[in-house]
Amino acid sequence: MVGMTRKKTFFWLCIFLLPNLLGFLTFIGAPIVSSLIISFTDWDLLGEMQFTGFENYIRLAQDPDFWVSFRNTIFFILGYIPLVLIFGLACALLLNKQMKFRAFFRATFFLPVITSWVAVSLVWKWLYNPEYGLINYALSIVGIDGPQWLSDPNTAMIGIILASAWKDIGFVMVLFLGGLQNISPSFYEAASIDGAGKARKLWNITIPLLAPTTFFVTIISLINSFQVFDQVMIMTGGGPGGSTEVMVQNIYNHAFRYFEMGYASAMSWVLFLVIFLFTWIQMKVQDRGVN
Amino acid sequence: MKKLWLLSLFFMVAIISLVGCSSEGESEEEGGDGNGTTEITYYSFSAAPDYEDVLADIVTAFEEDNPNIKVNTELAAYDDYFTKLQTRLAGGNAPDVFELNYENFVQYASKGTLADLSGFIEEDENFDPSQLNQEAFEAYQYDGKQYGMVESFSNVLTFYNKDLFDEAGVDYPTADWTWEDELAAAEKITNEENNVWGTYAPATMNEYFKIAAQNGGELFNENGEPTVDTQENLEAMNYMVDKVTESGVTPSPAEMSGQAPADLFMNGQLGIVHTGIWMFEAFKDASFEWDVALEAGNTQKAHHFFANGLAVSADTDKKEAAYKFARFMSASDQVAELRVENSWELPAVNNEEVLQPYLEQTPPENREAVFNALDTLVLPPVVENWSQINDVTDQEFEKALNGSKSTEDVIKTLQSEYENILN
Repeated sequence: MVGMTRKKTFFWLCIFLLPNLLGFLTFIGAPIVSSLIISFTDWDLLGEMQFTGFENYIRLAQDPDFWVSFRNTIFFILGYIPLVLIFGLACALLLNKQMKFRAFFRATFFLPVITSWVAVSLVWKWLYNPEYGLINYALSIVGIDGPQWLSDPNTAMIGIILASAWKDIGFVMVLFLGGLQNISPSFYEAASIDGAGKARKLWNITIPLLAPTTFFVTIISLINSFQVFDQVMIMTGGGPGGSTEVMVQNIYNHAFRYFEMGYASAMSWVLFLVIFLFTWIQMKVQDRGVN
Repeated sequence: MKKLWLLSLFFMVAIISLVGCSSEGESEEEGGDGNGTTEITYYSFSAAPDYEDVLADIVTAFEEDNPNIKVNTELAAYDDYFTKLQTRLAGGNAPDVFELNYENFVQYASKGTLADLSGFIEEDENFDPSQLNQEAFEAYQYDGKQYGMVESFSNVLTFYNKDLFDEAGVDYPTADWTWEDELAAAEKITNEENNVWGTYAPATMNEYFKIAAQNGGELFNENGEPTVDTQENLEAMNYMVDKVTESGVTPSPAEMSGQAPADLFMNGQLGIVHTGIWMFEAFKDASFEWDVALEAGNTQKAHHFFANGLAVSADTDKKEAAYKFARFMSASDQVAELRVENSWELPAVNNEEVLQPYLEQTPPENREAVFNALDTLVLPPVVENWSQINDVTDQEFEKALNGSKSTEDVIKTLQSEYENILN
């Protein structure tokens, strides 16, 4: 009898999962499998596929452009993640207090998150404009001769990092707010009785108890920032002189502009493995931290 | 767990067979629908977005002449066009007839995606290649076969702001101007305080192969092997880069700060801009007097040549109908007249009567320059991986412009990069 019900439940489970599963298999499952196969071929999108073994992967290891884009992506991540974590947490702490217009401020900080990257990039592109941009104008008022921002290979990536952080701080803030609300007030009460100050509470209660949220935020940001593309494409197109070319852009170019689907698929799989590796390391570190 | 795997396997199979079925169904449909009408699909970039109505008129005219052919048009903007085309070709769902510009034509012809039209042309009593501009017609040959029908062409000229020339007291450009003449004029016109510069030409691959030719250089030899590391090509590159870094007669990318050169010209901030004749319409409303001239050369003259043409998919089973439409777009006087009337590029026909109204329109006064430039045209290098070579070159030019790399080093990098890409 019990078995029957379970079987029945399983049947209905499958029926309800079917629409989602169909979508997943057609639009995600099948492309993933085929990209793995394509990565071992020299497919140029138009001609016949020819199996070439590990050739694409060997070429990749020796391709200086790939390593430049890899280095640029890492540079982006190193700048972007600390910024969103610190400022996202700061905003969450501020907006977790009882204050006037709290909902308004929360909404304001979240607004960039729901704005399209295309619009945000175009606006920032103008802000960064060395001749007419607001940022250099503001700097000139206080007597600073602003940098060339996106036109200078040394500052272009920094410009992209700042714009990206600005857009995503709201998202990180909301996650941290959720985390903060899960911390029981009794910890703070107990600490107050023991005479702990604000800094002490932040350091010894809030930050350790936020660890699961911080972990989640870091993983999500890391995965997203390895795939950084839209803002780079619009703000600099990889320039000047390739100084902001990132991995996904490189993949896009090879796949759709240079007729090298096989090579591009190999790059995608390497990107996947890199993300997987970083996430795995973080999970290991996290496990140790909690224990 | 095992059950779930079996289940998903089952769905996978179900999907694959579903997809299989649907594509079979489609191809059957395509075969023709019994009552003698053939439906073809035409995919175009040059009609989007400004010339949709003109194209619709052309299609109506074609369908009147050929009552048993129906043309469905599909449009995409140039930037998205080729991604979609590739995907459709790869998916075995290519449009029957589609537009290709000359630079991309070779890539598609060499990969066997285009139908050979030579047979149709030979049998066609209503068409003779002499109706078309010969250079333009032959541009769509590959391996001695005709793989496309040229429909229109355009080139790049020296556009100059007469008011700025008058103010600086400089003579207008003439057909026998050299680089030196242009530089001398540009230096007089440049006025840093007012953000006015003497001349502008992009520092990109598309410009470089032409400038090199103006100095007798060649980026690739006849066999398509890179020959960029030569004295002529270095001089050409120095000419392009020094205008920004040394004499300052051309705005740097930072000084441009995201503005298009055409905007600067319209704003009265450029004495000369090297751009395509497709800008005639946009510059019509300029607040100053302007005209065009042949481009300056150094040791010889050289002018860009851009062409659009129609190619027929190698896979379609409606090649004849598709060819008829391509021929119509390419050689029909009716289409040529519509193009001239609406300033939709320049038809590649030889019929002077049709072209007369084009020459009579002003500005610019000196429209003959468009045709004179054809005497010294230089075609883009025909090499595989053209877009990759383009990207690498543009990137290296950016480094030369911002001073992080010398032109000598850039040219060495280009030589080795080209060799890498082409192997």
